Amino acid sequence: MAGHSNYVPQSAAAKWLESRLPVISLVRGSFVDFPTPKNLNYWWAFGGILFFVLIAQIITGIVLAMHYTPNAGLAFDSVEHIMRDVNFGWMLRYLHTNGASMFFIAVYIHIFRGLYYGSYKAPREISWILGVIIFLIMMGTAFMGYVLPWGQMSFWGATVITNLFSAIPMVGDAIRTWLWGGFAVDNATLNRFFSLHYLLPFMIFGVVILHVWAFHTTGNNNPTGVQPKTKQDTIPFHPYYTVKDLFAIVVFMIFFSWFAFYVPNYMGHPDNYIEANPLVTPAHIVPEWYFLPFYAILRAVPDKLGGVVAMFGAIAILFVLPWLDTSKVRSGTYRPLFKQFFWIFALNAVALGYLGAMPAEGTYVLLARICTIYYFAHFLIILPMLGFLEKPRPVPTSISEAVLKSGSGKPAGATAAPETK
Amino acid sequence: MSTMIKMVRSFATVAAIAAATPALAAGDAPHIEREQWSFSGPFGFFDRGQVQRGFKVYQEVCASCHGLRQVAFRNLADYGGPSFTEDQAKQIASEYTVVDGPNSDGDMYDRPGILADKFPSPFPNEEAARASNGGAYPPDFSLLAKARAGHRGFPWFVFDAFTQYQEQGPDYIYALLTSYPEENPACLGEDFSGYYNPKFLGGSVTAEECAHEHLTGGPIGMAPPLSEEIVEYTDGTPMTVDQYARDVSAFMMWAAEPHLEERKKIGFRVMIFLIFFAGLLYFTKKKIWSNVDH
Amino acid sequence: MVHSEQAEPTRRDFLYIATGAMGVVGAGALVWPFVDQMNPDASALALASIEVDVTAVEEGQSITVKWRGKPVFIRNRTETEVEEAKAVPVDDLPDPLARNANLPADAQATDPNRGVAGQENWLVQVGICTHLGCVPIGDSGDFGGWFCPCHGSHYDTAGRIRKGPAPENLLIPPLEFVGGSTIKIG
Repeated sequence: MAGHSNYVPQSAAAKWLESRLPVISLVRGSFVDFPTPKNLNYWWAFGGILFFVLIAQIITGIVLAMHYTPNAGLAFDSVEHIMRDVNFGWMLRYLHTNGASMFFIAVYIHIFRGLYYGSYKAPREISWILGVIIFLIMMGTAFMGYVLPWGQMSFWGATVITNLFSAIPMVGDAIRTWLWGGFAVDNATLNRFFSLHYLLPFMIFGVVILHVWAFHTTGNNNPTGVQPKTKQDTIPFHPYYTVKDLFAIVVFMIFFSWFAFYVPNYMGHPDNYIEANPLVTPAHIVPEWYFLPFYAILRAVPDKLGGVVAMFGAIAILFVLPWLDTSKVRSGTYRPLFKQFFWIFALNAVALGYLGAMPAEGTYVLLARICTIYYFAHFLIILPMLGFLEKPRPVPTSISEAVLKSGSGKPAGATAAPETK
Repeated sequence: MSTMIKMVRSFATVAAIAAATPALAAGDAPHIEREQWSFSGPFGFFDRGQVQRGFKVYQEVCASCHGLRQVAFRNLADYGGPSFTEDQAKQIASEYTVVDGPNSDGDMYDRPGILADKFPSPFPNEEAARASNGGAYPPDFSLLAKARAGHRGFPWFVFDAFTQYQEQGPDYIYALLTSYPEENPACLGEDFSGYYNPKFLGGSVTAEECAHEHLTGGPIGMAPPLSEEIVEYTDGTPMTVDQYARDVSAFMMWAAEPHLEERKKIGFRVMIFLIFFAGLLYFTKKKIWSNVDH
Repeated sequence: MVHSEQAEPTRRDFLYIATGAMGVVGAGALVWPFVDQMNPDASALALASIEVDVTAVEEGQSITVKWRGKPVFIRNRTETEVEEAKAVPVDDLPDPLARNANLPADAQATDPNRGVAGQENWLVQVGICTHLGCVPIGDSGDFGGWFCPCHGSHYDTAGRIRKGPAPENLLIPPLEFVGGSTIKIG
C-alpha cells in the first residue's frame, strides 16, 4: 500500500514521525497517490458509500447506546425514551434503523457490481472472500440490532433465527440453549446480543481494512476488466476519486434522508411497536427486507436441517465463486451470454425477496422452490458451463484504448487541453 | 448444449416473472382507505384544534380502558402537539391520580398528577385489563398509530416510499371506528353476542356458516365506542362519529410520533442543503475531471 | 493567455471555496445533534418538585430526602444553633453570599437569609459539599454543623463554609412551606 506513495517528509516533525511510524506515507499511498484505473464508473462509488454508512452506523450506534437499556423489562421503554425525550433522539434512532437498510442496499449493489464485472476473479479472490465475510458479519450485526428494541418482531425474529441452530444434528438443542442462555429468548439473550451488536461493527471495520488492502495490492478492477498497463491507464486516487466518491456519497445521503426524515418506518414492521410478548406470536413473522431472499430459500426446503443448510449454503457458495466461473474474460461487458444470465439472476434474487415476504403457502412455496433451484443452478451449472460455451466479444488491449473507443466525443488530444474549458 | 442454455434461460425467465406477479388472491384482508390528514406529506403538521379535540375524545371515551403510558402530561404543552398552555397541562395532570411513594412509613400513596408524570394506565397489568374486559386486552394508545397497518401488497408498497405514505395507522383506526355495522352479519347466528367489525385486523370469522359470505375483519372485543354527540365540542366542529374518529386518530398519531412536525421540518432543510451541496460537488467533480479521458 | 490564466483560476477557486465552505457548514450542523443528545433530556428537565411532610421532625433533628438524585438536608434547628449562627459577622465568612435560590444572587449570608423565610428554625439545603461533591456528615465539625470527611470542610449551624477547601456555602434549593407543615422543594 505504502509502495505507491512518492511522499518525502519535509518538516522535521514529519521526518521524525515517518522514520518511526510511516503512517503518513501509508495513508498517502492508499488514498492520495494510489494509482486508480481512470475508467471506474459510479457503480464503483458504492465502496466509498459503504464506508460512509459504516462510520455513520458506528457513530449513531455509540450515541444510542448512551441512552438504551439492554434489559428485557426496560429495553422497549428505553427506545421510546430515546424517541420522545432525548434531544434529537428520534433523529439518531431513525438514522440508525434506516442506516441499516441503507447499508444493505449499498452492499447488495456493491456485490452485484462485483458479480457483473468479475471482480471476484483472479487475482482478487481474497478481496472477494473478505467481502463475503464482511457481508456475513453485517447480517449478524443487523439481526442482533433488530432484537434490541424488544418489540414483537424483535422477539419472534430472534426466536425463529436462533431456533435454526437446533436443526444441527446431535448438538443442536445444546447450541440453541447456549445461544439463549436460558430456555427461551429472554433477558440473557438480549444482553449478549447487545454486547455483540456493539462489538461486531468494529470487527467489520477491521475486515474492511483487509478487504481494501487486498484489492490495493492487486489494483482495482475496472469496467473493462483489463489490468492497467501504462501510467496513462491510471490516475491518482486524490483528488479524482475522492471528489467523485464524495459526490456519490452526498447523492446517497439525499436518498438516505428521504427515508430517515419522511418515511422512517417504511422499512420497519408495525408489529415492532408492540412490546415483546413471549405468549403471543404475531400472525405473520417476516424478517427485515434484506434477509427476505435467504428467508425464502430457508422456507423453500421442506426439511428443517435441509432448509438451514440451503440458506447458509446460499451465502457459502459465494466463497467458492472465484473457482466456479470458468470464463477467461473478467468483465461482463464482453460476455454477451453471461450478461443475460446475470440479469436473470438479479431478477431471481428480487423474486426470492418477494416470496420471502409472502406467506409460505400454495403457489408461493412452489415458486420459492423454483427460484431457489435457479439460485444454486446459476453458480453450480450456468457459470461453470458458460466459460466453455460462450464466445466473448473482443476485449480491449488497455483501459486507454477502451476509453478512447467508447468515444465520449472528446478529441484524442483532450488530455493535452488546458485544465479548464 | 446451447439449446439447453436457451431452455434454462426461458425457464428461469418464466419463473422470475411468475414470482414477481401477485398471482394469488389476497384472501379476505380488509381494505383500508387512504384518508386525508394534515400531518401527511413533506410539510405535514398537526392541526392543534384537531389534536386537542382528539385528546378530549380519548379522555372521555377511550381512557377508561386504553392507557397512554408513554406520554407524559408535560408533552401536552410541547411544541408540535396539542399545544396546551403549561397551566392547562398542569390542570389536566392534576385531575389524574398518580401513585407515588414509598413515603417515610414505607407506604405507597395517591397524589394528584404533575407535569413530569406519565398518564396512569387504567389497569395495573394486562391480566387485570383482560379480567375487566371479558378476556380482551385493550391495547395501550401510546404507539398504536404506528403499530397497526393494513396490508398494502405489490405494487402499492413500492409507490408508498415515493408518496411518503406513513399514515396506515390512523387510516386503520379511523376505518375501524367508522365501520361497525348496524347489525352483526346474520350468518354469525343468534348465539353470537359479541361485536363484529369488517375492518378489524386482529381476528377473522371462523364460523362455517359464513364461509361463502367472504366477510373481512372479524369479531372484536370492543363495543362501538363512538356515537353522535357523545363528546361535546365547543368550537363548532360537527359532533359526529366520523369527526370523532378522525380527531382521535390524529391525536393517536401525535401520541405515537410526537416529533413528527420537527422531523419533517428538519428533513426539509436537510434535503435542500444536500441537494445544493450535491450540485456544487457535481461541478467541482466535473472541473477536476476535465483533463482526464474517461 | 495571461488573461485567461488569471481569470479562470479565480472562477475555479470560487467553486472550490464555495463547495468547501458548504461542506464545513454541513459538518458543523451535523455535529450539533450528536453533542446535544448528551445534554439533560426532556424527562430529566421536567423532574419534579417534591413535597416533604416535616411534622415529625422534632427540634434538633434532621431528615435527609432525595431531590433530583441528590440528598437534601432538612433540619429543625435548636434556638442555640440559630443564636450561634446569628452571632457570626458576615465579614468573617469565607463565602459572604447566601447561596439561596429563593433570594437574589447577591444576598448576604446572614442567618435569616439561610433559613426558611419566616420560619428561621428550619434549614433546608442540598447536602452536597461545594468542594468536590461528597455528602457532609451532620452534627459534627468544628462549628457544630456539618463536616465533609472527604477533604475536611467544616460548615456551621447555618450550613456556611467556615474552614477547609470548600469555596461556597451549602446550596439552598428553591422551596416553600405549603399548608404549614409540608415543605415543597423545587
